[in-house]
Amino acid sequence: MNLFTSTVGRKILMAVTGLLLIGFITVHLLGNLSIFWGADAINAYAKHLHDLGLLVWVFRLVMLCLFAIHITFGVQLYLENRAANSEDYAIQKTLVTTFSAKTMVFTGLIILAFLLYHLLHFTVQVTNPAISATNLPLVDGHLDVFSMVVLSFQKVFIAVIYIVALIALFLHLSHGLQSWVQTLGWSTGPSQDKVTAVGKILAIVYGLAYIAIPLFILARIVK
Amino acid sequence: MNLTLHVWRQKGPQDKGKLVTYPAPNVDSDMSFLEMLDEINDELIRKGEDPIAFDHDCREGICGMCSQVVNGRPHGHQERTTVCQLHMRQFNDGDEIFVEPWRAKAFPIQKDLIVDRSSMDVIMQAGGYVSCHTGGVPDGNTFPIPKKVADYAMDAAECIGCGACIAACPNSSAMLFTSAKVAQLAALPQGKPEARKRVQAMTKALLDEGFGNCTNHYECEAACPKGISVKFIAKLNREYLKSMIPSSTAEPV
Repeated sequence: MNLFTSTVGRKILMAVTGLLLIGFITVHLLGNLSIFWGADAINAYAKHLHDLGLLVWVFRLVMLCLFAIHITFGVQLYLENRAANSEDYAIQKTLVTTFSAKTMVFTGLIILAFLLYHLLHFTVQVTNPAISATNLPLVDGHLDVFSMVVLSFQKVFIAVIYIVALIALFLHLSHGLQSWVQTLGWSTGPSQDKVTAVGKILAIVYGLAYIAIPLFILARIVK
Repeated sequence: MNLTLHVWRQKGPQDKGKLVTYPAPNVDSDMSFLEMLDEINDELIRKGEDPIAFDHDCREGICGMCSQVVNGRPHGHQERTTVCQLHMRQFNDGDEIFVEPWRAKAFPIQKDLIVDRSSMDVIMQAGGYVSCHTGGVPDGNTFPIPKKVADYAMDAAECIGCGACIAACPNSSAMLFTSAKVAQLAALPQGKPEARKRVQAMTKALLDEGFGNCTNHYECEAACPKGISVKFIAKLNREYLKSMIPSSTAEPV
């Protein structure tokens, strides 16, 4: 089917899967920010998610498909585009493109590496078993996610990994949060400038809100 | 003006090619960039050397033949200007100027600054036309086309097909060129019946010819000597989405 092989078809797929992934990180961020409302808030949120049962697995399957499509085509397009270039100009000059647009594949792969680590760390809980929620004492009969997160981010090494990955996420978003509008054909020229500005501001908001979690814990503001 | 040129010299498609330095003393600031090269070539011919090969035709910025990357920018640093309309007064005495051909896998270098751009013709042949008898010049207002639509189509039709968009694109994509043709025809009644087929065929040809994919860098728009807007790429994307919706009346894609 040409949606998966054509140049515009794959561009649209990148935009649609990217948008859905933005939807995910939005919900994920809102849920995680509950940590600033204290241990009870985030533990209740975690319990709520666990109680979804089968739905959790449906959700995980959908996420897997979205990531698979987004990453496969992202890498494929990058390789094709590299192959379409001949040698560099003696003076390599760009006029309007941004650092974030030029590094999408690299920030994307950093995010992928981080995603795998993040799942091993907080979902499978094998990277730091001593402070994993499954090994910490239960609080009111359910897992103490709050302590796991706080004890993790008090370790400089872990907090730095998260902050670096979240900077990559910020860069990835500052292109992605506006680029989809053009891809889906909703830009009319001048409107894209406004969309770009809003997209970049949103990327800063997402970046700061996400980074605040490990940073505030590392700084012992949340404990 | 006293300038130093670094020009890409390449004997043929198989040759490796390299930058060769030429001093350019006594350049008149009223010369165009190509006239300045003519002078250098005159000197080279007198010395019995091979002159610098470059494409040119109208020298008034409308034919799309001239194709040189000057100091890293297709057609040089002056906005909305082809290199034939770039004048030496835009440079300063003592400047070093790098002159290179368009660079993309789909544009094999023939000699020096000349590249083969037939890959763009293949995209045009895939759908950049209407299959109907146009006859003689129609009377004014035979087709009711609103002014706004006519202007929009005319803006897209400004594309001279020089290939600067491809030379500037970090992905060597021909999407701006293709979108200008798709948008121009899709906006007008004559182009509508084949709109679905056209957008599919032209974007397929783009990839088949070895151009890259568009990833919204917008370098093309910034480099275009005619200021073709990337809004036409958004239009192409819309046309593409429309072409995927099954229709009982339109021709099969």
